[in-house]
Amino acid sequence: MDKDINIKVKVWRQNGPKDKGHFEVYPLENISQGSSFLEMLDILNENLINEGKEPVVFDHDCREGICGICSLYIDGHPHGPDEDITTCQLHMRTFDEGDTITVEPWRSTAFPVIKDLMVDRTAFDKIIQAGGYTSVNTGGTPDANAILIPHDQAELAMDAAACIGCGACVAACKNGSAMLFVSAKVSQLALLPQGKVEAAKRAKSMVAKMDELGFGNCTNTGACEVECPKNISISNIARLNREFLKAKFKD
Amino acid sequence: MSWLIKSSIGRKFVQSLSGLFLILFLLFHVCMNLVLIFNYETYNFLANEMLGANWWAIVGTIVIFFGFGVHIIYSIFLTLQNRKARGNIRYESSSKTPATWSSKNMFVLGLVIALFLVLHLYQMWYQMQFKELFMIEGARHDSAQLVEEVFSNIWVVILYVVAFIALWFHLTHGFWSALHTVGWNNDIWMKRIKMIGNVLSAFICIGFIAVAVLMHLGYSNLLA
Repeated sequence: MDKDINIKVKVWRQNGPKDKGHFEVYPLENISQGSSFLEMLDILNENLINEGKEPVVFDHDCREGICGICSLYIDGHPHGPDEDITTCQLHMRTFDEGDTITVEPWRSTAFPVIKDLMVDRTAFDKIIQAGGYTSVNTGGTPDANAILIPHDQAELAMDAAACIGCGACVAACKNGSAMLFVSAKVSQLALLPQGKVEAAKRAKSMVAKMDELGFGNCTNTGACEVECPKNISISNIARLNREFLKAKFKD
Repeated sequence: MSWLIKSSIGRKFVQSLSGLFLILFLLFHVCMNLVLIFNYETYNFLANEMLGANWWAIVGTIVIFFGFGVHIIYSIFLTLQNRKARGNIRYESSSKTPATWSSKNMFVLGLVIALFLVLHLYQMWYQMQFKELFMIEGARHDSAQLVEEVFSNIWVVILYVVAFIALWFHLTHGFWSALHTVGWNNDIWMKRIKMIGNVLSAFICIGFIAVAVLMHLGYSNLLA
């Protein structure tokens, strides 16, 4: 049964991108284990506002694991210690009475801290802008059976497309590499006939943008795959390597 | 071709190819070492006639040195870039993401192997090939006997065994990781490649350790 627990949260506070930042510990009483992690942070912020202090800044939006905006590195794991969920789906029943929960922002050079726990993830948008799309002249909608796609290919593409671009892979990676994200975005299109047309250009320009933005070199530790809330497989990374090398050898 | 330096996948490509090449070299090396257990004469023949100061052995040595050089220089650059990409502030709660120990310590393991290599090259290669090539006195043609002398010291054997264990950890991650980087991987082959890598690294490292230990204990030159 869910109980009410007393906990401490150790939160990273940083006033702005240039500020040095530090940790602060806040005790919280009678937090229902049935509440979500973000609701717990809401309670913390309400307390802080009532005390006339500045609330903790953190990213959140849909709160149902779809939008990919929530981040937070909780007790040594991106999106917290639970499996295959985003931070907004994490519940307080994962924690016990008397726990001190450490909450940090994503740490990566390519994701600078904006304030407190909020980081700037526009680097991902820039990678998508570099080639994560198909150039289509829109016309009439073709029949669904006009382009045949094998079922397993469609499934693999769909699995890759499950990536919500939250950045947990970069946060988990000791190299600050964005390969899991980029490989998912390249794979979801490379696996389908519509995406094959521009596959070579896409792989090259997205990888070039990724390097330019200061993400690290993948060393296949597999940490990204473990922490990914959407279970994106690192076999996508092998596919990206393949696509990229194929494109380079064609030049 | 500048993408082999400028692009992250290009750099990783060079690192994997040089790594795979070095694995081939190790396979050859361990097979040759195993001869020591059976017959010194054959080993000396291989070391002097097949290798020694012949032009093909010199070319081979240069290629192998080049392979090591590329692998080491790239590893330094990759590690420095990765540390920079990670940023200056470490996680307070430290990473609790489960990942294999060797995959997270490839550079340190490589450093151990590189340090061992300096000792190893001085004890063996410098005495056998280098001295002969540059006409330095004391070049050894009784290679097997030289190896026996070196391995008669228990501390040398211990150092070698430590290095081979580090090599084992390095290879278990390195082999599948290299094939992953050249793009040969998917959900089906992942398990097979990891298995092949484990068997390969076990063969290489057990082979090296066996030769060092057996020679120290005197179980060598058995078919003499």
